[in-house]
Amino acid sequence: MPVIAECLVDAERVLPALQEAREKLDGAGGELVLNFSAVRRLDVSALRAMEHLAVAADDKAVKVGLRGVNVEIYKVLKLVKLAPRFSFLT
Amino acid sequence: MTSPASVSKQIPIPRESGNGHTSDTTLSNERMAYLEGLVSQARTAAAVFTQFTQEDVDRIVKPMVLAGLEQAPHLARLAIEETRLGVLEDKALKNMVATEFVYDYIKDKRTVGVIREFPERGLVEMAEPIGVIFSLTPITNPTSTVLFKCVMAIKTRNAVIFSPHPGAWRCCYEAVKIMYDAAVKHGAPEGVFTCLESHTLLDNAYLMRHKDVGLIDATGGPSAVKAAYSSGKPALGVGPGNTPVYLEKTADLDMAVVDVITSKTFDNGTICASEQTLVIDDEIYEVVLRKFADLGAHICNEKEAELLGRTVIDPATGFMQPMAVGQKATDIARMVGLSVKPKTKLLIAPIHGVGPDHPLSVEKLFPVLAVYRAKSVAEALKVCVDVNHAGGLGHTAVIFSRNEEIIRQFGELMNAGRIIVNSPGSIGALGGVYNDMVPTFSFGCGTGGGNSTMDNVSIQHYLNIKRVARRTPAHMWLRIPKEIYFNMNAVENLRQFPSRSTVIVTNAPLEQFGHVDIVRRYLPPETRVHVSVIPDAEPEVKVVTEGIEALNFYKADQIVALGGGSVIDAAKLMKLKYESPDADFDELGAPFLDIRKRVVEFPATKINHLRLIAISTTSGTGSEVTPFAVLTDKQRGRKVTLADYSLTPDVAIVDPQFVMSMPKGLTADTGIDCLTHALEAYVSLYASPYTDGNAIQAAQLAFHYLPLAYENPRDEEARSMMHNAACIAAIAFANVSVGVNHALAHAFGARFHVAHGRANALMLPHVIRYNASVPTKFMPSPNQRTYVADKKYATLADLLGLGGQTREEKVNNLVAAVERLLDQLKFPRSIAELGISKEDFERAMPDLVKLAFDDPSGRTNPRMPLMSEMADLLWSAYQGRGVAKSARAAQPQNA
Ligand SMILES: NC(=O)c1ccc[n+]([C@@H]2O[C@H](COP(=O)([O-])OP(=O)(O)OC[C@H]3O[C@@H](n4cnc5c(N)ncnc54)[C@H](O)[C@@H]3O)[C@@H](O)[C@H]2O)c1
Ligand SMILES: [Fe+2]
Repeated sequence: MPVIAECLVDAERVLPALQEAREKLDGAGGELVLNFSAVRRLDVSALRAMEHLAVAADDKAVKVGLRGVNVEIYKVLKLVKLAPRFSFLT
Repeated sequence: MTSPASVSKQIPIPRESGNGHTSDTTLSNERMAYLEGLVSQARTAAAVFTQFTQEDVDRIVKPMVLAGLEQAPHLARLAIEETRLGVLEDKALKNMVATEFVYDYIKDKRTVGVIREFPERGLVEMAEPIGVIFSLTPITNPTSTVLFKCVMAIKTRNAVIFSPHPGAWRCCYEAVKIMYDAAVKHGAPEGVFTCLESHTLLDNAYLMRHKDVGLIDATGGPSAVKAAYSSGKPALGVGPGNTPVYLEKTADLDMAVVDVITSKTFDNGTICASEQTLVIDDEIYEVVLRKFADLGAHICNEKEAELLGRTVIDPATGFMQPMAVGQKATDIARMVGLSVKPKTKLLIAPIHGVGPDHPLSVEKLFPVLAVYRAKSVAEALKVCVDVNHAGGLGHTAVIFSRNEEIIRQFGELMNAGRIIVNSPGSIGALGGVYNDMVPTFSFGCGTGGGNSTMDNVSIQHYLNIKRVARRTPAHMWLRIPKEIYFNMNAVENLRQFPSRSTVIVTNAPLEQFGHVDIVRRYLPPETRVHVSVIPDAEPEVKVVTEGIEALNFYKADQIVALGGGSVIDAAKLMKLKYESPDADFDELGAPFLDIRKRVVEFPATKINHLRLIAISTTSGTGSEVTPFAVLTDKQRGRKVTLADYSLTPDVAIVDPQFVMSMPKGLTADTGIDCLTHALEAYVSLYASPYTDGNAIQAAQLAFHYLPLAYENPRDEEARSMMHNAACIAAIAFANVSVGVNHALAHAFGARFHVAHGRANALMLPHVIRYNASVPTKFMPSPNQRTYVADKKYATLADLLGLGGQTREEKVNNLVAAVERLLDQLKFPRSIAELGISKEDFERAMPDLVKLAFDDPSGRTNPRMPLMSEMADLLWSAYQGRGVAKSARAAQPQNA
């Protein structure tokens, strides 16, 4: 079983965390999990970063799982049609 | 002046690239990518916005409004420079109204989460933003409209893509930018507003149809509005007007003249609500024109008016000439070649009709006002209707008058979202300045104007309002006569009811039994008593009519109904018709689903007042306490059931001495009717703890005492208890109705002339089994939390001491107990036993099912009786008890 990398996203540093996650895609072994438990809101730049991450993950055939996403953020991802591009973990 | 190119860098909008279009009908790929970029940016902002709270939003709105107020003169100047329309000071004022007045209206309004609560109705309204709004703004009110829409959008958490009129692009862009900067600075999502760079109709068409645009908000000319509505998207399109003004002779003329000038010259008449044709009463015409002239209006003579009409209105289209829009009166006079005084504010031109032959009768967004001299109020109103229909439907109409009746009539005649009384049309329509209407820069014109709303557009139009509707407990009741007297010799209570003239309604057998004499004995001595013997049959209209004649003849103030259900029902109907002669039995018998919501109303006004005392002589129907009366219409071969609590007798006397004379057959029939009432009321969808107690008590009494009363008719206790049981069961079903057993029995009894109780008996075991199995279909009923009929039957079986371990066993034991009782009372076991042939029964089946389905009794049944199930039940009854268990309808559905 490959070890799945899981990164905790800091509420104050969502954007850098997403950028770092993008950099980790290469070594992710096909799967990357971001822990969103601490994040309460996404702003526009974070949302854009999520979009870029989804694109990059597709390119590299990495599945990105999001853990602990609150339902308000889930709705935002749904509205911009990003939700299907991630898997949601509890 | 800031150039579009330089400012565009400051709002994060994707830059236009390429030459725009590959042809006149298709967008180039580059252009499409540009437009997609706009939408994507707005969509992202709108999505992020959904996370904002009311406090977040309100924190952003206020500084935006302050920025708008601060920049109001600057934006007005930009608008004037760019559009060359209107008046600088007025434009600045409009910008201030668009911010300050709108803010005053919206600041305390909730637009996020729960926005309104109606606890007494169990309703909560919640706001859901629209998302991306595509907004067209006009050249006439460019910056004020932008400011207004930006403030509304932020308050409602929406993103907007603006497409300003090309002739007002720069000033609008600047207005968007001022709003955007203030909003983002205070936390609004980036990209919440974007503004199309120079655009064509193709761009608009593309955005109007874009799947991610939620709403088009089109303020502008007819073509923009039409395009918005044709896009297939939800749209707020608000269009042109043609405001008629009626200056009626009772008006404050000085005020009216000042108001009209103020309004019509405001921003050089560019507000589409401004006055277009002033209809003046003949008596005041001259004096009004003089007042206008005194205040700086030029009154055109006929020749000048004709010249003006020919020049400022395009003869080819019949619409105003664009070059005149928003121009000063003196400039227009110069263009036309009229010589007017240098400070002329307004050109007033008499017209003599409305329509194509009278060019000035259309909308003129410049300071030219048509006037019409009306010979009468009727003519004035007619001309106003004509103006309203000449391009102004749904928009605005103005009246100056002190005559309330004429104001009301004007309001009724005008198809206008804003009917402005004794104030200026244009500024009045904006709302909040001269009146308490909602401040706006978009006037909905309703369907007359081809718009989706007639409102002053505001925040509620920028929201999807969700209703969270809580289950409301059904209002229930227990309504019975004021007084019920029971036990042997209860009839003595008649003494306490004073009456000058009492009519005893009864039928012949009861008189022969001596019952009437007993009643006479206990009526107060001063009462004149008359006996009205009605035929021994179910009541007919003729009987009721004759009864009323007797009541009238004797000037009765009291009826004592002495008899079974038939007599008591006849008396109820007599009372109804005597008190309210206009009561129409046919109408009052109209079908209904819920007595609280039914269409017909029983008469509330009464010309006579009558006390109805019901003394029951059978122990079954309980008519002495119910709000029902059954009327037979032999001519039309049908029965009409009237139901209303006003039919409930005032006093019920349940005295067993009157039932001692009942023959065995009647005892059995009425007794089983009583048991059926109890069992059906018990499992009714409307059953309540108030009625359950009665239903259970009545069922227990009937199981115990009915066989005794049947076997030994002189058993006073048994008779007394059965008499009480009938009344107690009726108290329950009077309030919660019965069920499918009665629906089937009514249909079957009427068709095959079988007594009501007997018909009930034939159905009863089958119906209990049917109701005790899981419904094929549930009847919608807010009063029921779950399906409980089977549990209730089992509880009753326990109370009756019938034994059984499981619910199913208990239900079976209850059915068996009912069957034993029916056997004891010598009821036939099947319909077949009555000598009805299978063929006759089969032939009758479609009618039976239809009648049973139409019968209101079935509506409170715990299972929604499907027609096929009613047919199965009837067949089960045909085959008879015991056999019924194998019938399809009687099979537990989960078995
Ligand atoms: N209003 C209601 O709530 C209600 C409910 C169910 C039925 N109904 C109606 O009531 C009528 C049936 O009433 P019912 O069952 O009381 O029968 P009923 O009033 O028609 O009487 C049946 C027969 O019994 C006779 N009778 C009555 N009392 C007697 C007594 N004490 N001794 C000897 N004979 C007596 C009557 O003269 C009559 O011949 C039907 O018209 C039915 O539609 C009304
Ligand atoms: Fe009945």
